[in-house]
Amino acid sequence: MNAFSSPSRLRDLIRAARACKTAAEERAVVRKECAAIRSSINENDQFFRHRNLAKLMFIHMLGYPTHFGQMECLKLIAAVGFPEKRIGYLGLMLLLDERQEVLMLVTNSLKQDLNHLNHYIVGLALCALGNICSAEMARDLEPEVQRLFLSRDLDIKKKAALCSIRIIRKVPDLAENLMIPAASLLKEKHHGVLISAVQLCITLCKVSDIPLEHLRKSCIKGLVQILKELSNSSYTPEYEIAGVMDPFLQIRILKLMRLLGQGDVECSEYMTDILAQVATRTESHKNAGNAILYECVETIMGIEATSGLRVLAINILGKFLSNRDNNIRYVALNMLMKAVSVDSQAVQRHKTTILECMKDSDISIRKRTLELVFLLVNETNVKPLTRELIGYLEVSDQDFKGDLTAKICSIVKKFSQEKKWYIDQMFKVLCIAGNYVKDDVLHSLIITISNALDIQGYCVRSLYKALQNHPDQGSLVQVAVWCIGEYGELLVNNIKVSEVENTMNVTDSHAVDVIEASLKHHLSDITIQSMCLIALLKLSSRFTSTSERIREIIIHHKGSVVLELQQRAIEFNCIIQRHQNIKSSLLERMPALDESSYIGKRTSSSQVNISAVKLTRPTPVASPSLPNGVAHAPTNPLLDLLDLIPDDNPVPTSSTNDIVQDLLGIGLGNPLTSGTISPSVGTDILLDLLSIGGTNDQNDVPVLDVSSKQGSEPLTNPSTFEVMDLLDGTTKDRSTDDEHPVYPSIIAFQSGTLKVAFAFTKKPDKPQITQIQVTCTNLSTDEYMDFIFLAAVPKFIQLQLEPASGNILPANSDGAITQTLTLTNSQHGQKPLAMRMRMTYKVNNQDKLEQGQVNNFPPEL
Amino acid sequence: MIRAVIVMNTQGKPRLLKFYEFQPPEKQKELMRSVLAVLSGRPDNVSNFVEADAIFGPGTRLVYKHLATLYFIFVFDNSENELAMLDLIQVFVETMDRCFKNVCELDIVFNFNKMHAIVDEIIFGGQVLETSSEQVMKAVEEIARLEKSSNSISFVPKAVSGRFGR
Repeated sequence: MNAFSSPSRLRDLIRAARACKTAAEERAVVRKECAAIRSSINENDQFFRHRNLAKLMFIHMLGYPTHFGQMECLKLIAAVGFPEKRIGYLGLMLLLDERQEVLMLVTNSLKQDLNHLNHYIVGLALCALGNICSAEMARDLEPEVQRLFLSRDLDIKKKAALCSIRIIRKVPDLAENLMIPAASLLKEKHHGVLISAVQLCITLCKVSDIPLEHLRKSCIKGLVQILKELSNSSYTPEYEIAGVMDPFLQIRILKLMRLLGQGDVECSEYMTDILAQVATRTESHKNAGNAILYECVETIMGIEATSGLRVLAINILGKFLSNRDNNIRYVALNMLMKAVSVDSQAVQRHKTTILECMKDSDISIRKRTLELVFLLVNETNVKPLTRELIGYLEVSDQDFKGDLTAKICSIVKKFSQEKKWYIDQMFKVLCIAGNYVKDDVLHSLIITISNALDIQGYCVRSLYKALQNHPDQGSLVQVAVWCIGEYGELLVNNIKVSEVENTMNVTDSHAVDVIEASLKHHLSDITIQSMCLIALLKLSSRFTSTSERIREIIIHHKGSVVLELQQRAIEFNCIIQRHQNIKSSLLERMPALDESSYIGKRTSSSQVNISAVKLTRPTPVASPSLPNGVAHAPTNPLLDLLDLIPDDNPVPTSSTNDIVQDLLGIGLGNPLTSGTISPSVGTDILLDLLSIGGTNDQNDVPVLDVSSKQGSEPLTNPSTFEVMDLLDGTTKDRSTDDEHPVYPSIIAFQSGTLKVAFAFTKKPDKPQITQIQVTCTNLSTDEYMDFIFLAAVPKFIQLQLEPASGNILPANSDGAITQTLTLTNSQHGQKPLAMRMRMTYKVNNQDKLEQGQVNNFPPEL
Repeated sequence: MIRAVIVMNTQGKPRLLKFYEFQPPEKQKELMRSVLAVLSGRPDNVSNFVEADAIFGPGTRLVYKHLATLYFIFVFDNSENELAMLDLIQVFVETMDRCFKNVCELDIVFNFNKMHAIVDEIIFGGQVLETSSEQVMKAVEEIARLEKSSNSISFVPKAVSGRFGR
């Protein structure tokens, strides 16, 4: 024995480990001890081997590696004495992994010990085998284990039965060998053996169908008999727990019955009586009794039971729900969730009790209840249930509100039959738990509102009232601000008041007041503040009386430290000050948002992200937080136009209409590829504008997204200023250029109602660039509204459209809309210019469309 | 099937670990930590069942009992009855109480291999072996007797002589 070998006892090690104040100290103690054990092992010290392994197990429990002790286990197992064997097997179970090859070495020792005369040694070997047996060992030792089924010792019998479970799990082929001995074990009287035998049968049934069939035929009678005796309490008192006869055995038998009865009507029928007896006669005051009832219910639900029996089972669960013990309520809710799919009618009957559980003090039970209620909701009971749930939302504690809100929103959305009801419920939720409502729910609400033309007035008025009472509910503020911005005039003028509403006297300045208050509210984040600014901008065109005040609020934010707000304030100020002519059209009400495409998008990505909206959708969709004052953006016409062009690959086309829209954050589909509606609309129009020779390389640049939440990312500083330049003077380019109209003007298009004339300008040093002044004149006697001119060119030409001078075209050629186009012909001199165009407008609220091809460009262009 | 039996104190020190599927020591430590994190966050008035999918894999649940300074935790899959598992913890604790005559944490600390003997008599390879604490006691006592009689090395003190309170 050298200095390192430790004469200290296990107890000393435990004491030392316990005395450690820090993890580092503990590690030091363990390291020292391990060193001592290693040297002791190296010396092959017989005397301390036993103690070393005990220490190693302790060290293992503390979570330190102990693999070096594995061989010691084998040596101890091979020893003769009982204590050595015992500690060896214990070590084997704890320290060794079945995958380790060392394990192979133990097979022989196990075989010997399984045949040992001492029952306890056989027990140890079985126990070890049952815990760590590998497939190979299972094959080798299965005959020994099966032989032990016949042992006279009950302890060995039950251990052998359980050991076979592991063997079958490892080698399912052996199931058939064990089927008959297992069935005969079921005839035993001893409870321990019976429990083991039933468990073995359960495993057999799970592994293969043959034993399942065999057991159905041969055992069902016996099982029913055992259960009957247990239920009648005429069995050994030793196994009684709290007045209930051996609940473990009853539960195991019920479980086996479930497997046997599943999908077998005859078998199920045979069990019906005894199941009904267990369900009705078992004591339900104690946990043990309830455990049996619970298992019995699960069995009834699992087998092909009659509907009467099922109702009985669900009623038991209903009774569980009013039990004082929360464990019982918890399992009952779990089971009811499973039962809903089997017999939802019977579960519905317990609705009130279930709803009571929403008030439970235990959050885990409340969560279960919520899940269950969610499953119970259907078209007929959605209204009362939602009312209840919203009632609970008011009283529930903070941790639970998130879950509850999400579920209510989802129920309301899924089962709403009328929009008004849906909107009402959502408003209630927003008022109570606005901070817990998720963004996608909000967006879908806004989309619904934008589609519900007849109740928009009602919505905006309700929201106005709600906003005054609950200025701290973030999501409510978002929806309210958006709606007031969009439908402000409905609020002020009391339009479309329904009979149930109280009329309100709201003036322009009241509306501005609430938005200003939200803007300044301490809980408002950037999103809300940006939305407030947009709403104000929109109101400025609706309410002329307050536009000056709105301008002041906006100007006030020009100095905001938040880049996003500052930028918006500056841009909006420009719109108000300098662009009166386009302001009204820019700030028009948003078109109804497309519900179906929103749903489609929601399934594809749950995260609502404005940029993503823009990049994934070809149609112009404004995210609800954004103002969209412009009428339907002409994506599809453009595509159509491009289709008409013989050249298959049109270039990216930009139209100036888009710029304004894009500034406001509307994703306008830009046709980048022909034929298909491309989902990528990423061409940065602004960049294109700035660098006239913008190439396709920029296709991947994200749309400059002024009003998106992450607007600061794509907006690098220089481009911000460039945007300003553009807004400050859209005519700057023209005014600084020397204009020499040396080319004859042409009539590019003429129909009975519309004339389009082109005038050309060219800079002498850049022959490939042609500037076209488009003049559209209305030849009819009706005024054209929402006039939009669009052009498409072949791929070798780049097209830039600047904003039109207006969108209203007076009748009888009494005025004109002018618009500037810049064409860059990359193959100047080789190919002539070509263009298709399309004009859309409204006459007496009817959409009109005209299109044509321009063939008569002057050849020298 | 029962996946694991864990006894640990409220500070997260393991007192008995028995996994019926082998776990390397590092993994054991990690499991203990996450179990403790879940349990210590639970108030007393909540149910004893916890979904343990995140810790022990899908479909697993755990039942725990908080007695004095110890957590008794059974981890099992969905083939077991939660309420029965709760009773089984009761059987386990009762048996310990009988073995150690009014059991306290120190008994468990110093006699962890007797604890293993008890667990092995109640649960066998993840299956319930015996539910009568009397029968378990008999087996455990017999093992102790055999250990004593056939070998003079007493590597485990019979019982902790002085009790140090809790």
